[in-house]
Amino acid sequence: MSQYYLSHLKELESEAIFVIREVVAQFEKPALLFSGGKDSIVLAYLSRKAFYPARIPFPLVHIDTGHNFPETMEYRDWLVNELGVKLIVGSVQESIDKGRAKEETGFNASRNALQTVTLLDTIEQYKFDAAMGGARRDEEKARAKERFFSHRDEFGQWDPKNQRPELWNLFNGRKHQGEHFRVFPISNWTEMDVWQYIQAEKIPIPKLYYSHQREVIERDGAILSTSPWLKLKPNEIPSMRTVRFRTCGDMPITGAVESTADTIEKIIEEVASSRKTERGTRADDKRSETAMEDRKKSGYF
Amino acid sequence: MNQLLRFTTAGSVDDGKSTLIGRLLYDSKSIFEDQLEAVEASSAKKGFDYVDLSLLTDGLKSEREQGITIDVAYRYFATPKRKFIIADTPGHIQYTRNMVTGASTANLALILIDARKGLVEQTYRHSFIASLLKIPHVIVCVNKMDLVDYQEEVFEKIVNDYKAFSSKLEIHDIQFVPISALAGDNVVNRSENMDWYQGATLLHMLETVHIESDYNHIDSRFPVQYVVRPQTQSHQDFRGYAGRIAGGIFRAGDEILVLPSGFTSKIKSIHVGAEEVDQAFAPMSVTMTLEDEIDISRGDIIAKPNNHPQSEQDVDVMLCWMNQRAVNLNTKLFVRHTTKEVKGVLKEIQYKLDINSLQRLENVEQLAMNDIARVKIRTAQPLSFDSYRKNRITGSIILVDEGTNETVAAGMIV
Repeated sequence: MSQYYLSHLKELESEAIFVIREVVAQFEKPALLFSGGKDSIVLAYLSRKAFYPARIPFPLVHIDTGHNFPETMEYRDWLVNELGVKLIVGSVQESIDKGRAKEETGFNASRNALQTVTLLDTIEQYKFDAAMGGARRDEEKARAKERFFSHRDEFGQWDPKNQRPELWNLFNGRKHQGEHFRVFPISNWTEMDVWQYIQAEKIPIPKLYYSHQREVIERDGAILSTSPWLKLKPNEIPSMRTVRFRTCGDMPITGAVESTADTIEKIIEEVASSRKTERGTRADDKRSETAMEDRKKSGYF
Repeated sequence: MNQLLRFTTAGSVDDGKSTLIGRLLYDSKSIFEDQLEAVEASSAKKGFDYVDLSLLTDGLKSEREQGITIDVAYRYFATPKRKFIIADTPGHIQYTRNMVTGASTANLALILIDARKGLVEQTYRHSFIASLLKIPHVIVCVNKMDLVDYQEEVFEKIVNDYKAFSSKLEIHDIQFVPISALAGDNVVNRSENMDWYQGATLLHMLETVHIESDYNHIDSRFPVQYVVRPQTQSHQDFRGYAGRIAGGIFRAGDEILVLPSGFTSKIKSIHVGAEEVDQAFAPMSVTMTLEDEIDISRGDIIAKPNNHPQSEQDVDVMLCWMNQRAVNLNTKLFVRHTTKEVKGVLKEIQYKLDINSLQRLENVEQLAMNDIARVKIRTAQPLSFDSYRKNRITGSIILVDEGTNETVAAGMIV
């Protein structure tokens, strides 16, 4: 019987496909939250596998902070066309213009937290009852406690102490009017699993992930790309360096790493020998010890 | 080919569970510098003169404030041989509920025994739940061997005590290892303090335990999850049944039986995404097409004409009640089984089990949180199920409250 087992990647793939199909079966109006990062890209490709040869039966939703890397936007538009899937954009700029969100000021100003307002408004506007995301439990300690099917009240809030128990593969998506679910099909994947899967499935990814020359500054130990949204301090002088990104967040807050890894194989080698987590380069998590948990409770991803 | 092993641990703060997990993560290089720095900083802030590795697993603000674990936390590490998922569950309040949750998907349970204390109440409870949830493998770690001078006699006595006790349970594969999580003896590296121990280290056991037969590969079961109908020009007539194989092996050309309708047909093709595959087995997610156009929808089960689950409206279940609000006889609930949901009623409580003494308490009319009981549930439509012993997927149910929509119980079909 020994030939009847799966590799860990195939088992994770099978689990994720099962979860994605459960979402479509249990909810009326699901959506996939697409950030342009590798995790949501993998999620989009898993969704294609789940329903093939039919098209992906839900839209991709991109919460556009207006502070994206141009490479992310270019890739997003290519992918939407490649998968033949519908794209819905929620604009943080519009939320600010409408007075729904207030822009932060100062050197470390970021639109990261403002995304929550736009995300919840978009969910309400389109009446989405399940929003899938590429969050993984290995990313951050508050995320280690997440369920696959994560219940949100009518205000979009997460109550970590009162989560539904989740047993076997029996996912309970029952809810009251106005409530919704966040669903995380790749909960059990690690950063390494994602990279190995991208390699095995030959999934194209944005150029940002590969080593390239870029104008950057260094601030509090983080290497940040220059951009119209990064306010430089007087002593900060931009220089060209050979870098790549391990995550694709907003341009002003996503730190780069010095790297010459210009192929998937080299990236995997680098991830394997890395002694820092990928979120170690994210300024948004460094604000406090519970920064992620606090944002998640109020409706952030 | 690297396989995935899911294991569960349970225990209280002082039995060294967090230290052991920390040791596994650290020695397998799965803790990163920035995580370690954060934990060091938190430990210093709390005034500890050591690095409290439990801070790695306790993720929520209130957990760190109170120094307790509230919920199941999932941890990941990998070695060149396997990838591991740890479901780390707390040992105090709501203990049973969380342990059952963590155990439901586990291949293996790690049971920690303090070498100084031997078998305690918690050991019995952990082992009973591992047996109840049919976790196929158990490793008993006799921890803190450094505090008993690494004496062989201490280890041997605990092994014998455990074997005597566990013979009453249904655990078929048990291994024992003497360790010191704090000092690192026999966790990842062989101990130099216990020459008398000839067995493997804990990590070696985790890497080599035989998990290929953990899924049922004999009784073919395919719960239909979703019907794929592209209705496009290129795939006008495609009608695929999507789902995850719950047992046995399916091949193109196989005769199949659909439950509850009783229709029969043959498998035309099996697909994983765009790729056509020769065979499918648990836990693969596939899409199947059939030779005949028959009415099949979500909640149906595809099996074989000569080997199929039983379809009944009365189900005998070992139930673990998980909600703070107690439940009374004749309460109506939603029953979720594979991909099907039906209404059901709690018809009878045959007995409640004292999980410390394994005594049966009869004449019970109400179940409270963490109670485990043998019950009868009557469903509005028949369910096609196997016993949990035969198949953990087609033999399990959850109960959902009609008013609050909460998951209130987990059940193993007898």
